[in-house]
Amino acid sequence: MTVVNTPIAGGGKTAAARRWSRKDLTFDKVSFMIVFLVIPVIAYIVFVVSPFVQAAYYSLTDWSGFTPDMNFIGASNYLKLFEDATFVKAVGNSVTLAVVLPLITLIVALIFATLVTIGGPSSGPIRGLRNSSFYRVISFFPYVIPAIVIGIIWSQVYDPSAGLLNGILTGIGLENFKSFAWLGTLGVAMPSVMFVIVWGLIGFYMVLFIAAIKGIPAEIYEAARIDGAGRLRTAVTITIPLIRDNIQTAYIYMGILALDAFVYMAALESGGGPANSTLVMSQQLFTTAFTKGNFGYACAMGVVLALITLLFAGVVFLVNKLTGGTNDVAE
Amino acid sequence: MTNTITEAIVTGGAGARITPGRKTRATAGDRVVGGASHIVLTLWSIVVILPMLWVILSSFKTTKEIFASPFSLPKVWNFDNYVNAWTTSGIGSFFFNTIVVVFGALFLTMLFGAMSAYVLARFQFPGSRLIYYLMLAGLTFPIFLAIVPLFFVLQSIGLLNTLPGLIITYAAFAFPFTVFFLFSFFKSLSTSIAEAAAIDGAGEWRTFFQVMLPMAKPGLATVAILNFVGLWNQFLLPIALNTDPEKYVLTQGMAQFAAQAGYSVDAGALFAAVVITVVPVLIVYMIFQRQLQGSVSQGTNK
Repeated sequence: MTVVNTPIAGGGKTAAARRWSRKDLTFDKVSFMIVFLVIPVIAYIVFVVSPFVQAAYYSLTDWSGFTPDMNFIGASNYLKLFEDATFVKAVGNSVTLAVVLPLITLIVALIFATLVTIGGPSSGPIRGLRNSSFYRVISFFPYVIPAIVIGIIWSQVYDPSAGLLNGILTGIGLENFKSFAWLGTLGVAMPSVMFVIVWGLIGFYMVLFIAAIKGIPAEIYEAARIDGAGRLRTAVTITIPLIRDNIQTAYIYMGILALDAFVYMAALESGGGPANSTLVMSQQLFTTAFTKGNFGYACAMGVVLALITLLFAGVVFLVNKLTGGTNDVAE
Repeated sequence: MTNTITEAIVTGGAGARITPGRKTRATAGDRVVGGASHIVLTLWSIVVILPMLWVILSSFKTTKEIFASPFSLPKVWNFDNYVNAWTTSGIGSFFFNTIVVVFGALFLTMLFGAMSAYVLARFQFPGSRLIYYLMLAGLTFPIFLAIVPLFFVLQSIGLLNTLPGLIITYAAFAFPFTVFFLFSFFKSLSTSIAEAAAIDGAGEWRTFFQVMLPMAKPGLATVAILNFVGLWNQFLLPIALNTDPEKYVLTQGMAQFAAQAGYSVDAGALFAAVVITVVPVLIVYMIFQRQLQGSVSQGTNK
């Protein structure tokens, strides 16, 4: 789930680590090593690592998947991808999601977390609002609902004629919304989908940031207050720099999730939305592979998706480093 | 002011929320900011809860009533939709399959994840660095890259469209996270106890199962909760690798039911199916919300 940057073994011999020598080769030790490490790691390689490597290879072939025929065609799939207007559009949409979603979600989550932890009165000990745990419990709840069910709920809420949203809007006198198609109108569909994703994840990041802010010693806030810093100033110059590594981790998670977005789209815009305005890479990949049976081409899309994911993580690391953070992920 | 400072020093350090020892006077500014904050957070809570309440309300209405008005109350409160959803959608079998798959995978990944993490944390041997990079790759690369070849891997060993195939795949993809988390946990455990066990004649197996594993309980609980939520929500793996409707898990079953309900216009049953899916989770959430939120902040801020 998280990118924990702890080197497994290697470097520095710690007291915990022991070296193997010949006299260790008893039945107990050998069977122990085989069951504890060799078997799980082999299974992991077969089911996780090898498919990644195979995908890279298949992406260079014209394999359809249903026949054993497979010709090595070099980079043609990739060249074809750049000319595939639908795929280029999907890349654009995915990148938009990866830029916009983390920004909105994390800013709102950070504001909520700040209110809940240190938003209380400006005199007396530093504390949050009254009854703030109520807000935390409610906001977090969508995290435990499967994303597909969140999508189904919202596709009903957005329903043009019988949906909750248009019901409320016409109820307060906005007759224009009587049968407004939130998910079927160009320019509105994408923001509508984004809102659903934000709705589902704000609580999760709020809880994450609350834990991070609670880790900051109260004295620091006291000192800032004595020096006359207001709420906004405190949040910007104290909270954010002190939890920047948590923000970085959260940004990468959220970005990876946004680059996927498959589940939400499957529930809300399974057809790619009006004029493909919500079509994302993952959807296009899935259709190309499992509906059209174009496996080599789909693997090339997978490689592009993976590269964009790595690039995204790299950019986030770089930005954090350039603006003065450490390079470690949330220590 | 001086009072405030001493109080902060006395109570400080432990974090931000300490009950005030005395009444503090709120300034006008405090009241405005506090009021505004409460309004914003309350509005957000309504945005979160309202769709749920509406789904519950709609689940008792007939399809005709649903299309007539989004707010009307049902004429007759009955469980017809629930009966329909349960019998026609096959939600009961989806539930059963999900429980088998999720708990099977959870058991496998926790057992082998804990074992591997323990070995990696306690022993040095050639190749451990390589294993580290393999795990990191599994955490970073999108499953989408693997999905097409994975389909053929499962097909070639005859596990495509089977629950055991799904269990192994789920467990394999949850494995790197489990190992990473428990690795740092086992590192932090004192080794003197394991050494004492060895001196007392316990073999490696016994040391692990009777000494180290019980000591790792808090870490195991955290990872298990996070894995459970992740596996329960898994969607891509089943829809790509498990296309036999009899073996559907809940997430893909719901997706299919939603698509069908769109054509047959049985909106009432769809709402009921959503409620059936969410309520067990809601109950578990209410009971475990403290542990769950604790796990999230531990698992991700580590």
